[in-house]
Amino acid sequence: MNNIIEIKNLHFSYEPTSENENPPEVLKGIDLSIKEGEFVAVLGHNGSGKSTLAKHLNAILLPSQGSVIVDGIDTADEDKLFELRQRAGMVFQNPDNQIVSSIVEEDVAFALENLGVPYEEMRRRVDESLKAVKMYKYRLHSPSQLSGGQKQRVAIAGIIAMQPKCIILDEPTAMLDPSGRKEVMATIKRMNREQGITVVLITHYMDEAAQSDRVVVMDSGKIVMDDKPEKVFSQVDVMKNIRLDVPQVTELAWELKKAGYDISPEIISEDECVEAIIRLMSEN
Amino acid sequence: MLRDITIGQYFPGNSIIHRLDPRFKIIMTVLYIIMLFAGGTYIALAIGAVYTIIAVALSRIKPKMFVKSIKPIMPFLVITALINLLLISSGDIVWQWKFLKITDVGINTSVFMILRIILLITGTSLLTYTTSPITLTDAIERLLSPLKKLKFPVHELAMMMSIALRFIPTLIEETDKIMSAQKARGAEIDTGSFMTRARNLVSILVPLFISSFRRADELATAMECRCYNGGSGRTRLRQLRSSARDYIALAVTIAFLAAAIILSKI
Amino acid sequence: MPILETQELTYVYSPGTPFEKKAVDNVNISIEKGEIIGVMGHTGSGKSTLIQHFNGLLKPTSGRVLLNGRDIWEDKTKIRDVRFQVGLVFQYPEYQLFEETVFKDIAFGPKNMGLSDDEIKRRVYETAHDIGLSEELMERSPFDLSGGQKRRAAIAGVMAMEPEILILDEPTAGLDPAGRDKILSHIKAYHQRTGNTTLIVSHSMEDIASFADRILVMNDAGLFCFDETVKVFSRSEEIAQIGLDVPQITRVFDKLKKRGFDFGKEVYTVEYARNLLLKKLAEREAR
Repeated sequence: MNNIIEIKNLHFSYEPTSENENPPEVLKGIDLSIKEGEFVAVLGHNGSGKSTLAKHLNAILLPSQGSVIVDGIDTADEDKLFELRQRAGMVFQNPDNQIVSSIVEEDVAFALENLGVPYEEMRRRVDESLKAVKMYKYRLHSPSQLSGGQKQRVAIAGIIAMQPKCIILDEPTAMLDPSGRKEVMATIKRMNREQGITVVLITHYMDEAAQSDRVVVMDSGKIVMDDKPEKVFSQVDVMKNIRLDVPQVTELAWELKKAGYDISPEIISEDECVEAIIRLMSEN
Repeated sequence: MLRDITIGQYFPGNSIIHRLDPRFKIIMTVLYIIMLFAGGTYIALAIGAVYTIIAVALSRIKPKMFVKSIKPIMPFLVITALINLLLISSGDIVWQWKFLKITDVGINTSVFMILRIILLITGTSLLTYTTSPITLTDAIERLLSPLKKLKFPVHELAMMMSIALRFIPTLIEETDKIMSAQKARGAEIDTGSFMTRARNLVSILVPLFISSFRRADELATAMECRCYNGGSGRTRLRQLRSSARDYIALAVTIAFLAAAIILSKI
Repeated sequence: MPILETQELTYVYSPGTPFEKKAVDNVNISIEKGEIIGVMGHTGSGKSTLIQHFNGLLKPTSGRVLLNGRDIWEDKTKIRDVRFQVGLVFQYPEYQLFEETVFKDIAFGPKNMGLSDDEIKRRVYETAHDIGLSEELMERSPFDLSGGQKRRAAIAGVMAMEPEILILDEPTAGLDPAGRDKILSHIKAYHQRTGNTTLIVSHSMEDIASFADRILVMNDAGLFCFDETVKVFSRSEEIAQIGLDVPQITRVFDKLKKRGFDFGKEVYTVEYARNLLLKKLAEREAR
C-alpha cells in the first residue's frame, strides 16, 4: 500500500520574536510514514510536540527544516494549499470554535461552498456525511442545542463532506464527557473501517490510543516509540517515565509478570485480561 | 438569567408568510414603509392597517406578540405625542394653561404619528418574527450583491453577521459562567455601590474579551482548513427560490402602495 | 451536626415558560466536616446545578440548604458570606483569570472579603505553595503561564478564601495524565493540611476512587446514590448504565465474578487488584 503521509527529518521552531530571540525547537527531527487506510494514534503529554506535528499535516505550520508530503503534495507548495486541505481534513479540540454556521447542515456544507461544489452534488454529499456521523436528524438544529459530542460529530461531517483521503484529529475528545468521547471514537473508527479514510488521532488518552492500529509516542519533540498498541503499552516503565498512562489491565499484567507469574504484558483489552487471570488461577 | 434572553425574536412556523422568499419579504417591507410615509393621510394609514392585519392573520402568530413588540417603545411614543401636542401652536386652541396650549392640529398630528409608529413597528416585527436572522442575513447579502461591482464588501459583511449570530448564544452562556465564577469569589455584580460594580465589571469583561479573541483565532484557522477564501467562486447550500406566490404577494403590496398614494391625493 | 445539608432541595429552570425543566428534584443529603466527597453524574444529570446551590449562586425553588445547621437563605443580605465559606471552583477555571499578576488574581477573593493586606499576602503565598506555584510566578501575568499552571492559579484563587468547604467542578478536565495527577495530589495535600471538607465533581470514577470517602451520584435530576466509595463500586454495572465511566479494572473483576471467580471484594485500583491477586495466587500455591 502507498504511504499517504511521508515526513522526513522534520524540524520546527517558531519564528524568533523580540521577547524570545532563540525559540526552542518544538520538533527535533521527525521521520514518519503512514500508509493509506491506517488508523494511527499519536500519544504524548502536553508540550510533547504532538499538536505541532498535527498542524504540519495540514500546512497550518510549515517545516523549519525537512519535508512533509501528504498524498503526493508537499505542504510547502502554496499553489496546492486547497487541494492539500481537501485531501487531509482537520478536526480541532474545541467543538464550539470550529462550527461556522448557525444551522448544522449549512456548517457541514461550508467547505463545499468554499470549493464551489454545485448545488445538487453538495446536497447529496452533505446528507451522506450527516448520515455517516449519525447526525442527519439534527440537520436543521442550531449547534448551540447540541452536546459537545454531537458538535464534534458535526465537525467531522464537515470534513468528510470534502471526501478527504485522510483526516487528522487534534485531541477531539479532550473537552468531552465520557459519553461524548465514546460517540466520537465510534464515529472515527467507523469512518476508518467503512470508508477507508486514513486516521491520525492526536490524543493523550491511552484508552483511545489502545483502539488504534498503531501508536506513535512522542516526547519532547521526538518520536520515542512507534509500534502496535499492545507492544507500546507493554513497556509500562518507559511510558510511566514519560508521564503517560497505560491501560489498567496492562499495568496489572505487567505487575503480575514482575512478581514472577507467567502472564503476557501485551494485554490491552479487558477480555484478554480476564482470560489471563482465569488461566493463572486454574493452573496446576 | 442571561441565557433566557431570546435573540432575533424569530417564531418558527410554516405559514404562507414564513414561506415567502426572504428577499421579497425585505422588498415588501420597504414598500410598506413607503406606504406609511408617502401618503401622509389617514386614508394611507387605514390602507396600511388593512394590509398589516391581513399579513398578521396569515402569519398565524398570536397578535399578543405584536402588542409585546410595541411595549418597549411606549416611552418613545409618549414623548413623541407630548412634543407634538405642546409644540404645535397653529390651529384652534382647545386647552390652555399659562404658557402651555394644545391645539386641534397638535392633537391631530400626535394621533397620526402614534398610529404611524405602531403600524411601522408591527409591520417590521412581522419580518423578523417570520424570518430567521440567518435567512435574513442571507437575503440581504443577495439583494445587495450588485454592490459587489462597486467593491462594497457585501460577502464579508454578511459573513461577519452570520458568525456573530452563530456565536451570540455561545458568548451569552460564557458570560453567564464567568459571572457566576467571579460571584463565587465574592465579586458584587448585581449588588453593591456603583463604583464596586464598575470595578467588578472588569473581572467579567477581561476574561470575556480574552476568550473571544481565542475563539476568533481558532475559528479563523478552522475556516482556512476548510478552504475558506473569501466570497468569490462560492456556491451555496441554501437556495432561495422565488415562486408565483412571491410575485403575487409583491403585486398585492404594490397595489396597496398605489392605492395609498392615489387615494391620499384625491 | 453535619457541615452541609440539603432538605428536599428542588430547582426548576425557567419556571412558567415552555423551557421549564426540573434540574434538581427533591435531593436530601448531609455531609460531615472533613470528608472528601466525589460527585458524579453525566452531563445534564443536575450535578452542576446542585453544587451551585451550596454556595448560594442559585436559590432553591423549594427546599433548604443548611450550612452548619443554618439555612443559607435565612438572611439574603448575608449570602455573600456564604460564598466565602463555601468556595466553588468552576470547570475550566483558568478562563476566569483577569488580573495583571498572578498575585493579584489569587488575592481577588480575599480582597473582596475585606481582609488586611498582610493577611491577604499570607494567604496568597500559602495557597500558591499548597497548589505548587513557585513564588517567582507571583509577579508574572497569569496569561503567560502554562495551561496547567493557569488552572492551578485559578484554583488557588478560591482556596485563598480559606473556605470551610471547597467544591471543585471537574478540576482535571482536558488535562493530560501528568497534569491531572499533579492537580489531584495538590488538592489532596491541601485537604490533609487544612482538614477542610472537599467535594470533587468528576466524570471519571478512576480519578476519585482512590481518595473519596463517599461518592454522590446524580442521575436525571435526582439522587442516584450517596454512599461509601466501596459500596458505590459494588453497583458498578448500574453506574455504567447511567453513562458514567467505571474503572477498567473494576469491569475486569465484574467479568471474573460472572465467570465464577469471586474475590469477594470491590476492586477499583490497580494496586489493590495486584495485591489481591498475588495473595490469592500465593494461597493457591501453598495448597
